[in-house]
Amino acid sequence: MSQAPERILIKGNEAIVRGALDAGCRCYFGYPITPQNEIPEAFSSMLPEQGGSFVQAESELAAVNMLLGAAACGIPAMTSSSSCGIALMQETISYMAGSCVPGVIVNMMRGGPGLGDIGPSQSDYFQAVKGGGNGDHRNFVLAPATAQECYDMMFSAFALAFKYRNPVMVLGDAIVGQMKEPVRCVPPKHALTPEQLMQQGEDWRLEGYDRHAVPEPRVLRSLLLKEGQLAAHNRSLHEKYSAMRQEAAAEQVFCDDASLVVVAFGSIARIAHSAVRHLRQAGHKVGLFRPTTLYPFPEEALRALISSGKRRFLVIEQNLGQMVEDVRLAIDGQAPVSWHGILPDLYVGAETLRAPILEALEGGKHV
Amino acid sequence: MSELLKARAGEKLIFDHPSVLSEAVTHYCPGCHHGIAHRLVAEVLEELELASRAIMVASVGCSVISYDYISVDSVESPHGRACAVATGVKRARPDTIVFTYQGDGDMGAIGLAESLHAAARGEHITAVFVNNTVYGMTGGQMAPTTLLGQKTTTTPMGRRMELEGGPVHMAEMMSQLAGVAYAERCSLDSVRHIRAAQDAIRKAFSIQAKGLGFSFVELLSGCPTNWHMDPVRANTRIREEMIPVFPLGVYKDITAQAVPVIADKVVEGRS
Ligand SMILES: Cc1ncc(C[n+]2csc(CCOP(=O)(O)OP(=O)(O)O)c2C)c(N)n1
Repeated sequence: MSQAPERILIKGNEAIVRGALDAGCRCYFGYPITPQNEIPEAFSSMLPEQGGSFVQAESELAAVNMLLGAAACGIPAMTSSSSCGIALMQETISYMAGSCVPGVIVNMMRGGPGLGDIGPSQSDYFQAVKGGGNGDHRNFVLAPATAQECYDMMFSAFALAFKYRNPVMVLGDAIVGQMKEPVRCVPPKHALTPEQLMQQGEDWRLEGYDRHAVPEPRVLRSLLLKEGQLAAHNRSLHEKYSAMRQEAAAEQVFCDDASLVVVAFGSIARIAHSAVRHLRQAGHKVGLFRPTTLYPFPEEALRALISSGKRRFLVIEQNLGQMVEDVRLAIDGQAPVSWHGILPDLYVGAETLRAPILEALEGGKHV
Repeated sequence: MSELLKARAGEKLIFDHPSVLSEAVTHYCPGCHHGIAHRLVAEVLEELELASRAIMVASVGCSVISYDYISVDSVESPHGRACAVATGVKRARPDTIVFTYQGDGDMGAIGLAESLHAAARGEHITAVFVNNTVYGMTGGQMAPTTLLGQKTTTTPMGRRMELEGGPVHMAEMMSQLAGVAYAERCSLDSVRHIRAAQDAIRKAFSIQAKGLGFSFVELLSGCPTNWHMDPVRANTRIREEMIPVFPLGVYKDITAQAVPVIADKVVEGRS
């Protein structure tokens, strides 16, 4: 009898879908946009097979509001889009944060501003991390770098969304979404089962009041007009956001004795990883710090790397300087931070990053 | 039931309080029809025994806190997106009864796309559409349903065809869409029309309960505050100015034996 192959060759976008389904996702709503079309396409056949619901919405506005509705029922649900489509979703992401519903939003970034292009870019870092929506809210932002991480991170995305009753964004780009790689589609060790995930919604989800433990109507709302109500609510959100900080995570490679730590995320971090490895082989003391959560930003782990002014940091990102601001806030002037930006549509290789890393190592231009 | 509503010695209770309607004092202006529309929905949910599995999608407009008055599980939608939110709810929980309650700005302007597409998909939801020809909540600006010549705070000269275009007819538009099972326009200006409106709302919810498609009820409603008239004159305005532009009647009913009667005939039959 033939056994299912341990690893299958799929795109990051397909890994997102398989990860989401294995994590328990039951509803998907989306509107086509490159470079993430494999996500709705795969869901359109796989989700109904598993008894879930797929809707091709009339716009990203509609898609994210469908997500709000499904999430309000405590059903693991998601949408996906790219850049300008995510811009359209921001008002509702803010409503989701305000009414504490747990949706997952995947953004496979493309070039911008405006319609930009469909190539890789990391220019929505601010949009994702600082929140493009209105009001004082925060979203988890997870940054996969490989197709395998696309699969694995969907489990974290749903777990965090339900644990904190908060929107979670998974932020990839055209490289992460489009590249085909071998992926092992097996739930990570400590992943919740879909049943465990859904159980977390028992106290607040909408389902018709006779199904609640206490048969009283429930309301999920963000409008709080009575005096003091919004202040109290925002105070509790603030406490939640503080608690969320414990989920900050990063991968560190060769950081212990590094004179220069490269800070990069997603696909660029992966290329930087190769560059750093090659430079190590050539005897250069360089390391890589890769945030896997962009919000909360792993600032404590980064700060822990500052060693009496001897260590330098270089931020490499595919935009005109966004994550570098968070790195500078974390380092707080305690060490030199330089920056190397890559423009959209440039497919950099490890070789391309060699020169800027060496320059920073030698204390080169300090931007 | 609060003491105030109970029959005292020698009194007989002839007008009861539906359990689905909370006893909260509403924030609506005197003569506003949102209160009547709420009661009609609440009575139907009670009568059809649907309240305990109902989920209401509240929209943004004067009725934004309708969940304080209609006691069912509820979620708040961003302005205009109620039918998309309701789609998500119903897809996630097909075993619930899902309805939106929306004003004309919400459904006919900012949320026109979400409303028409949910209808076109034939989502198994019910939309209650309150057409008062103005944006009530924000202070009486022009709505997509504002009548030609009607003065609002943003059409101080009256709405002009050349500049602002003409009123949007939601019931007619809905009736053209394949997924719509039922579309009717009613009015809340008189007792007879209110009773007909309740029949329409009952029909709309039973069509959803049977899983036949999207159901839609438009309610012509008064806004005395923003129309700058007393409630009685507001009712007269509905009769004399609104109904001729927005004819009452069943625009689509896939459960009817014959082709639905055209609007005008129904008006005769009902008014
Ligand atoms: C995105 C957005 N735009 C504008 C508003 C402001 N706003 C609140 S209610 C409303 C109009 C409501 O009018 P309608 O839907 O006709 O309902 P009514 O108040 O008359 O019952 C507007 C424009 C908002 N809340 N959100």
